[in-house]
Amino acid sequence: MIGDVIFEMKGITKVFPGIKALDAVSFSARSGEVHALVGENGAGKSTLMKVLSGVYQAEEGDIYLRGQKVRFQHPLESLAQGVSVIYQEFSLLPDRTVAENIFLGREPARRWGLLDTQRMQSETQEVLSLFGDRHRFGPETLVGELDVAQQQMVEIAKALSLNAQVIVMDEPTAALNDTECDLLFQLVDDLRGQGRSIVYITHRMREIRRLADRVTVIKDGKVAAAFDDVPETGQIVEAMVGRDIGQFYPEPATPDEVGEAVLTVRGGGNDRIFDIDLDLRAGQITGFAGVQGAGRTALALALFGVEPFDTGAVTVEGNPVSLTTPRRAARAGIAMLPGDRKAEGLMLMQTVRDNGMISARAFSTALGAPDNTPMTTLDQMDQFFDAFDLRAASYDVEIQSLSGGNQQKAIVARWLSLAPKVLIFVEPTRGIDVNTKAGIYAQMRKLAQEGAAVMAISSDLPEVLGISDRVLVMSDGKIVAEFGYGASEAEVMHAATEAHLELETS
Amino acid sequence: MKVPKPKNMTALAPFLLLLAAVVIYVGVAIATGQTQYLTAENLLGLLGRSIALGITAIGQTFAILIASIDLSVANLISVSAVLASSIMSGDPSMMLPAVAAVLAVGVVVGLINGLVITQFEVNPLIATLGMALILQGLLSATFNNFAGEVPEAFQVFAYGQVGGISISLIFLIGLTIAAWVFLRFTKPGSNIYSVGGNPDAAKLAGMRTTRVVIMAHVICSVCATIAGLYLASRLRSGAPWIGRDGVYDLESIAVVVIGGTALSGGRGGVWGTLMGVMIFSLIDSIFNIAGVDAFAKQILRGVIIVAAVAVYAMRSRRIEA
Repeated sequence: MIGDVIFEMKGITKVFPGIKALDAVSFSARSGEVHALVGENGAGKSTLMKVLSGVYQAEEGDIYLRGQKVRFQHPLESLAQGVSVIYQEFSLLPDRTVAENIFLGREPARRWGLLDTQRMQSETQEVLSLFGDRHRFGPETLVGELDVAQQQMVEIAKALSLNAQVIVMDEPTAALNDTECDLLFQLVDDLRGQGRSIVYITHRMREIRRLADRVTVIKDGKVAAAFDDVPETGQIVEAMVGRDIGQFYPEPATPDEVGEAVLTVRGGGNDRIFDIDLDLRAGQITGFAGVQGAGRTALALALFGVEPFDTGAVTVEGNPVSLTTPRRAARAGIAMLPGDRKAEGLMLMQTVRDNGMISARAFSTALGAPDNTPMTTLDQMDQFFDAFDLRAASYDVEIQSLSGGNQQKAIVARWLSLAPKVLIFVEPTRGIDVNTKAGIYAQMRKLAQEGAAVMAISSDLPEVLGISDRVLVMSDGKIVAEFGYGASEAEVMHAATEAHLELETS
Repeated sequence: MKVPKPKNMTALAPFLLLLAAVVIYVGVAIATGQTQYLTAENLLGLLGRSIALGITAIGQTFAILIASIDLSVANLISVSAVLASSIMSGDPSMMLPAVAAVLAVGVVVGLINGLVITQFEVNPLIATLGMALILQGLLSATFNNFAGEVPEAFQVFAYGQVGGISISLIFLIGLTIAAWVFLRFTKPGSNIYSVGGNPDAAKLAGMRTTRVVIMAHVICSVCATIAGLYLASRLRSGAPWIGRDGVYDLESIAVVVIGGTALSGGRGGVWGTLMGVMIFSLIDSIFNIAGVDAFAKQILRGVIIVAAVAVYAMRSRRIEA
């Protein structure tokens, strides 16, 4: 099925002020293949694709499209030549229909400038039919009513309606759950079958194994390795991080590390979760698995008082607590590290120190200097940062200049100032590169060993299984199964989906 | 990796603007041969003419730092000026009660603004516009001309001098220093930047964000009432139109923005605002010296505001890239 070379980039060098983002990178794609582009955050993957699409212009190197030398000055030029890039952040208008989104900026017109809505409808329908019956929405559906996976299909449909021969997908599964991922994989298979070439940017080894025909690894702006097939996972990871990462997940807790139940919930429930009985023990990492919408996030939000329980009783260290606001939850000793760090965790324009101090300041008296609260002084905060090996040019730079992993460390340090008893990690490694992930896992284990009860929620099932001492499976708002350390992906997935099926058929 | 330093750059921008304005001012004065405008006295007097705007804008900075805005300041200025001069009615012994009453009105208006915005989740633009209309309505129903009289002792606020420098100017600079210390060195001040930077994250860090928003609005309104007291002192009486005639609502927002405070909140400060006020006074003086037509003046001011904001927007875009 793999055919001719569609595009080839040779010796691409791109320099930003003070940094060489790409250094003589060569990359190509043939028709009918999926070429995985792999690398840590900041390695240069996205920059390379932006050079391809004309967002950036390279200082050195040439791009050939079907043998012709091209030089795109603007993304529109590459679009016209059949190169489409689907970014992580979709460029869709939620209040407009699927058809309007697909034809955005190039709406067909009839005489007198009237919109040719019929043509938009029929052409959209035509493109959607390429998905078979998997899309479950029509040209008239509002994009805002679609879930993330469906919105991604709209983005893909947009590319197809432009007759894109090259489709670049930038971490397309970042916001998808397992079922949605499977659907995406099928779509990618279809696109490959149609003879298109797919550049697939990802962190996840499972997806590379499932989809890729070839793998290129980029590290520090250079090609670290180019494989003509899909090599062992270890080889890819080694090329990415430049060394053997060794033990990826930390050792599980030993029996004597696990202590008393710190937090108990009896009969907890609200609109989205029901009959929650839960014990979180000191020294233990409890992982939560389940499909999207199963109630894992809702449980975290209930425990942290964002969307509180309506029923049931919660105790922390044996004392009943009322978790009706985040502030009350925090006062009770519960900390939550949100999954969407930028939206819910960080003041991007404030310094690393200010981001660390915010909780200590929120709980100390109103009067007094911000850098010296009864809970934590600035020196102590710096020590927390140091202890977690938080890397920044200085702790006075704006936190937006830090990598995702270092931002996560700052949020952990923020909570340590309140000495929390329960730490809830929501998607702890979303958008974080492989090398840093191991550091975050080690950090979570360390917090548990120091006596905290740790709760981990992640859509990445191998991650949940790897870090958790026990795994609770949720489905339809209830906890439906419990597994100890070492459960297999298959049995957990089975539990997560079976309960769902039973409910549907009964 | 190299880290950009956007903070220093944005802090520098209003200063450069101010420098440019000063250079143009001096240039125009020399070019038109009106060197009498270049005396130290005259330069100090520049800021002296914008005391009311300065005080209001310091307060507006707090509202904008938490990503809110206050359109009710102009009418609140009128209310406090009229209220102060009516209560005083020329009687020096009523000065303290009048000031206390006016400041209390400021606290109440700020509380209502803050509560409506946080509890009913009304967009601040609408909430404070509504407050502005209510205040205007109350004023129009009660007064239609200069009301009351300010005793001579109170006129010291506007006309008094200490060591050759006017008391009002010292007050404005003192207020700026106090606001800076509050924002830079105290916990509530730091909370303002946090809430403005990302209200959701602040809430999830355990902060009582509604209190911070309300506090910022109270500070904003109290500053506006102080500006009203100053105007009453300067005009020797309060009139129900002085706030609106001074366009203190829009001008205070304009100088805050020119001073480098982000309309999206979380970034900026009062020194920039003070520079914004000086830039505005300088522009006015430049036009006066150059004899620019009043309408052309208005147009040029509009151009300068938009250009300044565009420069900041371009700068922040470059940082993101």
